[in-house]
Amino acid sequence: MTVVSRPTAAGAPSRASGTAPARRKGVTVAGVALRMPYWVFTGAVALIFLAPLVWTAVASVSPQAGTNQVDGWGLGNYETLSRYQAGIWRYLWNSAFVSLLTVALTLVVSLLGGYAFARFRFPGKNALFLFTLAILMVPYATLLIPLYVLLNQVGLENSLVGVALVLTMFQLPFSTFLMRISFEAVPRELDEAATVDGCSSWGALWRVLLPAVKPGLITVGLFSFLAAWNDFMAPLILINDTERMTLPLAVSNLRGQVQGVVDYGATEAGVVILALPCIVLFLLLQRHYVRGFMSGALKG
Amino acid sequence: MSVNAPSRARPRGRRRQALLGWLYATPTAVFVVALFAVPLLLVVQMSGSRWPLLTGNRGVNFPDNFTKAVNHRFFTDSVLFTIKYTVLATVLLLVLGLGLALLVQESSRWNNLLRASFLIPSALGLASASLLFYVFYSPYASPLKSLMDAWGFTFLGTPNAALFSTTFLIVWRYAGFYMVLMLVGLQGIPADVFEAARSDGATRWQIFTKVTLPLLRPTLALTTVLCVTGSLLAFEQFYILTKGGPDNSTITVVQLIYQVAFQGQNDLGVAGAISVIVLVALVLINAVQLRAFRSEES
Repeated sequence: MTVVSRPTAAGAPSRASGTAPARRKGVTVAGVALRMPYWVFTGAVALIFLAPLVWTAVASVSPQAGTNQVDGWGLGNYETLSRYQAGIWRYLWNSAFVSLLTVALTLVVSLLGGYAFARFRFPGKNALFLFTLAILMVPYATLLIPLYVLLNQVGLENSLVGVALVLTMFQLPFSTFLMRISFEAVPRELDEAATVDGCSSWGALWRVLLPAVKPGLITVGLFSFLAAWNDFMAPLILINDTERMTLPLAVSNLRGQVQGVVDYGATEAGVVILALPCIVLFLLLQRHYVRGFMSGALKG
Repeated sequence: MSVNAPSRARPRGRRRQALLGWLYATPTAVFVVALFAVPLLLVVQMSGSRWPLLTGNRGVNFPDNFTKAVNHRFFTDSVLFTIKYTVLATVLLLVLGLGLALLVQESSRWNNLLRASFLIPSALGLASASLLFYVFYSPYASPLKSLMDAWGFTFLGTPNAALFSTTFLIVWRYAGFYMVLMLVGLQGIPADVFEAARSDGATRWQIFTKVTLPLLRPTLALTTVLCVTGSLLAFEQFYILTKGGPDNSTITVVQLIYQVAFQGQNDLGVAGAISVIVLVALVLINAVQLRAFRSEES
């Protein structure tokens, strides 16, 4: 589990490094005893972060009054979820569709855009780049209300494609920026050699540069998936039809549907289904996840 | 797209470069113009027009929407509440983010485990996290139910409890994120600076206040701007957790925009006016913050 695996600034003031000359090698009794409070304290802090997740997962299958899982352990709450309105499968499909379309669009647009910004000189380049970054400065709600009107005008009301387009736009500042620095990190000689060998600029991009910027693409894809899968506000405003809601919206609406009584068990099951793909992806792609934060922080 | 580009003849080469550049940048430009620039202009137009949700544009009425927005019965309350929440969340997240970063700064297997566990909640969506805590805080299904009964308190029952409970959710969700940003900043400080300070006999507290904090300023600026912006635009956590209650005490500005636009009042003109006010305020606040951080530097 390496999150940030670079050696840290040695000896920077950390409460951890306090009193332990023997902490590296010596597994002495005194060494362990001195480190004990640190382990207990940090372990307790880590537990605070993990406990709510573990609790939800356990509670979703445990017996609870007022849910579909009254006695014994089992998947009753997930059954409730599968029967809710259009059914969990419908919502899962909607969420998967929006997320994958957003990922695909973000990858294509930011790959081409990053290539253009890193390798070509054209009039209006800096203006367009700054304008793309400016998306970050504008509040979500400020854009969603006019987008609601605009999408209605072009026949994309209540449309998952519309939601994916909007989510792609919100991903562009981060992904264009990241792809631009990914391309800039690749030595120019690489694609110049390819063009000398007779590759078109497209060929150089496809055959030579694409493999070189793959880590950047993975980070962009991961972030746009997490953002689209979890997004709540865009579908809340752009989708009215229960058939077309995404999973976060459906689980949120699930509360208080049955005569004002909240089915907490089904909500827990919904949270588990929502969280599972995110946590799996996070554990698999941790390094790319952290690099995404870092690229933002370094150039901030 | 089989354009051969090796020709290095000056004027033609450059023009071809420009053409190709625009070709590759076209998808970006289309997205930015159609889904960002046009809506931005439209919201400005909306803010100056009578624009009911169902009937659409009914013509210019500037500046009625702005007076209506400012006189809305929840406007002042929501602005004050948003500021209160922003200060609370920003202070807590920055302090805890830095604290966690210092705690796990050294690379070791145990610390890597700790970092991963602090960071896992940030993979969850804000809506999922809010739903999780909605159940966690409920008087019926909470694991702390017996404690709540025994001590007679609720997590969301009073305005202050609701504010603190929501802030806890936000800290849980985002502390790991700010920890990573702080770690990156700490790693950017050269090690010999600390060595020098230590050999001059500085205490650990002196090193922290006189060396670490000043050298961390760029990171602190970035995290402050991020955190203030994010908190000022808070929506999901309050929409899901408190629904603005109890007694409309936890309505944020963005929630007010949503309410005015889609819940009851259905007035896109006034919602647009509040949106424009928020946009201008945000740009000003960020400009002030960046200037403050920069002037301290010089």
